[in-house]
Amino acid sequence: MAALRVATGAGNWFSALALGVTLLKCLLIPTYHSTDFEVHRNWLAITHSLPISQWYYEATSEWTLDYPPFFAWFEYALSHVAKYFDQEMLNVHNLNYSSSRTLLFQRFSVIFTDALFVYAVYECCKCIEGKKAGKELTEKPKFILSVLLLWNFGLLIVDHIHFQYNGFLSGLMLLSIARLFQKRHMEGAFLFAVLLHFKHIYLYVAPAYGIYLLRSYCFTANKPDGSIRWNSFSFVRLISLGLIVFLVSALSLGPFLALNQLPQVFSRLFPFKRGLCHAYWAPNFWALYSALDKVLSVIGLELKLLDPNKVPKASMTSGLVQQFQHTVLPSVTPLATLICTLIAILPSIFCLWFKPQGPRGFLRCLILCALSSFMFGWHVHEKAILLAVLPMSLLSVGKAGDASIFLILTTTGHYSLFPLLFTAPELPIKILLMLLFTIYSISSLKTLFRKEKPLFNWMETFYLLGLGPLEVFCEFVFPFTSWKLKYPFIPLLLTSVYCAVGITYAWFRLYVSVLSDPPVGKTKKQ
Amino acid sequence: MEKWYLMTAVVLIGLTVRWTVSLNSYSGAGKPPMFGDYEAQRHWQEITFNLPIKQWYFNSSDNNLQYWGLDYPPLTAYHSLLCAYVAEFINPDWIALHTSRGYESQAHKLFMRTTVLIADLLIYIPAVVLYCCCLKEISIKKRIAKVLCILLYPGLILIDYGHFQNIYNSVSLGFALWGVLGVCYDWDLLGSLAFCLAINYKQMELYHSLPFFCFLLGKCFKKGLKGKGFVLLIKLACTVVAAFLLCWMPFFTEREQTLQVLRRLFPVDRGLFEDKVANVWCSFSVFLKIKDILPHHIQIIISFCFTFLSLLPACIKLTLHPSPKGFKFTLVSCALSFFLFSFQVHEKSILLVSLPVCLVLSEIPFMSTWFLLVSTFSMLPLLLKDELLMPSVVTMMAFFIACATSFSIFEKTSEEELQLKSFSISVRKYFPCFTFLPRIILHLFLFSVITMVLLTLMTVTLDPPQRLPDLFSVLVCFVSCLNFLFFWVYFNIIIMWDSKNGRNPKKIN
Repeated sequence: MAALRVATGAGNWFSALALGVTLLKCLLIPTYHSTDFEVHRNWLAITHSLPISQWYYEATSEWTLDYPPFFAWFEYALSHVAKYFDQEMLNVHNLNYSSSRTLLFQRFSVIFTDALFVYAVYECCKCIEGKKAGKELTEKPKFILSVLLLWNFGLLIVDHIHFQYNGFLSGLMLLSIARLFQKRHMEGAFLFAVLLHFKHIYLYVAPAYGIYLLRSYCFTANKPDGSIRWNSFSFVRLISLGLIVFLVSALSLGPFLALNQLPQVFSRLFPFKRGLCHAYWAPNFWALYSALDKVLSVIGLELKLLDPNKVPKASMTSGLVQQFQHTVLPSVTPLATLICTLIAILPSIFCLWFKPQGPRGFLRCLILCALSSFMFGWHVHEKAILLAVLPMSLLSVGKAGDASIFLILTTTGHYSLFPLLFTAPELPIKILLMLLFTIYSISSLKTLFRKEKPLFNWMETFYLLGLGPLEVFCEFVFPFTSWKLKYPFIPLLLTSVYCAVGITYAWFRLYVSVLSDPPVGKTKKQ
Repeated sequence: MEKWYLMTAVVLIGLTVRWTVSLNSYSGAGKPPMFGDYEAQRHWQEITFNLPIKQWYFNSSDNNLQYWGLDYPPLTAYHSLLCAYVAEFINPDWIALHTSRGYESQAHKLFMRTTVLIADLLIYIPAVVLYCCCLKEISIKKRIAKVLCILLYPGLILIDYGHFQNIYNSVSLGFALWGVLGVCYDWDLLGSLAFCLAINYKQMELYHSLPFFCFLLGKCFKKGLKGKGFVLLIKLACTVVAAFLLCWMPFFTEREQTLQVLRRLFPVDRGLFEDKVANVWCSFSVFLKIKDILPHHIQIIISFCFTFLSLLPACIKLTLHPSPKGFKFTLVSCALSFFLFSFQVHEKSILLVSLPVCLVLSEIPFMSTWFLLVSTFSMLPLLLKDELLMPSVVTMMAFFIACATSFSIFEKTSEEELQLKSFSISVRKYFPCFTFLPRIILHLFLFSVITMVLLTLMTVTLDPPQRLPDLFSVLVCFVSCLNFLFFWVYFNIIIMWDSKNGRNPKKIN
């Protein structure tokens, strides 16, 4: 009885929020799932039934193992539970197998591993100072932050409808951020190293970790003006950090090094043969670039400046994930995107090095890294926006300016996930959940910062409101028009271009705010 | 309202849960030749769309009443007709006469589910939100919490969106709620109009009719039958008659029409109960097969007498001392009396009791939560048949968590908060040591929850013995019935002692 009271007491809002969203996830079990479901089933089968030496060679299914070794081990561990549900799903040749027990197992594996995410959110809530706490529970920064993270729209639909394991991976990242906030640097570094070997997409934010740990952990002191004191360098710290990273990598890649398979593993992890944009364009710089190219080519054809026979037939929106040529503008190579990404990341890195602002500065740099690589990366998935959205939530409850950037980024980023769910039964779910999250995040942050200047100017308000008509047009009007057969790609094109504008704007504003922020020394004087 | 965004969030959560539940299976999916309630609803669209209004309730070559004949009042039929027009617009195959029987497709399921959601969104949800917003005695936060709990009540969600009840409960209950809202806030005419619509949508709403009648009559008495009260009475009577006339217009043209509709609505020739219901008659048949022993008309008389006697005290009390609070409690106890004792009760009729219990959620959070959990549990056999185990368990847990966190129910188990103070005081006059009631209730709650969990587990995992194939569903009904009897006693105690309590302060004044 006492335990019941503790578990359900009024003060225990956090567990209620976490349990509530977990139950919602359970309700989402019968929804549509994408091919990623089959991808992970296949990986379960590969890791369960084949020896390690075959993991990165097996190619019966087109969905080969292309995550780092820790994820493979994770699937291996899951497969030992899976065999009690349905032995058949562990057969490599059972392509597209999805019995109801398989479905139940896979869905529950995501829901259960999300426990790590919940714990990470709990830790994050402990380490944000936020604004001074209001009287009302619903106006406390901690409450708002935990709703923003636990009930995050993107995670819900990508993990629990579309099917992926972002929940516990994001949990690892948030946990390592929280550890850095709590000055437990070694733990933070360890967790991030582990995370890298779970999913290498987190390499995007690795520069932020590296520079921050080097600058603010290995150098133990600053000069009074905030610049670096070179003689305070601690070799012990650097070596212990290096050791951690080395040990984790050895554990992960060692077996494959021993088997002499490292080149094969890397060729699986970094498939540069895929196209610049994913089937559906992620709303980034390249979407704008390609759209511009498209517009120019149409204009060129109209004005007879271009020869119709020279225009390549395979248009970018036809849905094939292949190489393709831009018509007017120069085509983009992987190397070009890499250089663009590096250039975009550099200023934030410099900022982190020359005017360190403690963990908050690190967090901003991390978000900028994630966003910059989202903007300019090669073959970016629209889901990668979550990499920036989740850490940004931490910033949003701290300052009004950050809250405003967060809201624009989140709303457009989340809206750009809509094309992931294209089936009719899921349409109400995505709209309802999106409304729920957007209305809550905007209103609660507005309430939190009601004493400061309004979060949006008229232009931003107009832009965000425009998402409504866009959705109505794409999902309710367009399918009934005659263009549907001729130009089936228009809704996707509109969505990604419209969202790209918002995300670019948010990225730009965040950059400006980071670069124009006075260094720590000066803020203290004020 | 400053907290409007929380209210919106709460409504959106309610809608999301509803829609996710609706992705599950429905009753009679892929089970020819009779299918289930889903098919009944579709069939009515077919009938109302293709046949002239005069033939809706009559058996004919085009309208086989044995195959899901229309047996609900005219408003339901009109609603079906309306849906049929939309269906005709989308895909005429869905409602083609004869050929569409047993039509099932993903798109059609989506259409049917959407009709439920729209009806819910238009009638039930606004009523709930408005009702809670009008509550003056609790804080804004509590009002929002109450909306959340009411919207998450699993019974209604599972029956309307999972099972697909052969009538949209949310519509009839929504109208009834509008009625309660109107009557409680002194918009009596509006209230009675809404309630008439509820009755004309689903005749089971008659369970609620006596409290409405008594409360309004009591109000008239209070105003003085010779002055304002009489005027009010006349106005009310006119409203009710007009509402009924309007709904029944096409059927009042011929005597035979009216009688036929009435025969369809009240099929007295059916048995005392069907399937497994958690009421007294069904539970009692475990020991004695009343259905086979007693002749048919005696069954009717007995059930009528029991029902009448069981609801009489509460109704008299309400007529003499009309108050919104007493009204709500009387709604609970009357509906519960009907459910427990009346003739031909469906297991889904427990929803009619649950609605008023939802309304008193903030007054007696502990007991209401308990009751609402039991009421959902009592429909377990039905839900299992429709393969709705997973959503049932999940929504019940969600509802429990919502209630427990927003009302901290376990801290509200004192005599005062159970509204048993005056009762205990009166008992203590004779037995001074009568102080253990809250503790007993808490233990009963634990016991009840444990039995429910155990029975659910057993039903799901074990095969019943061959001699008793219905063992578990009978046990579920029996246990629920015991719980309901306890609640019936509890609510009657509250009603009887509450009015006394209400008079005492006046005397002091």
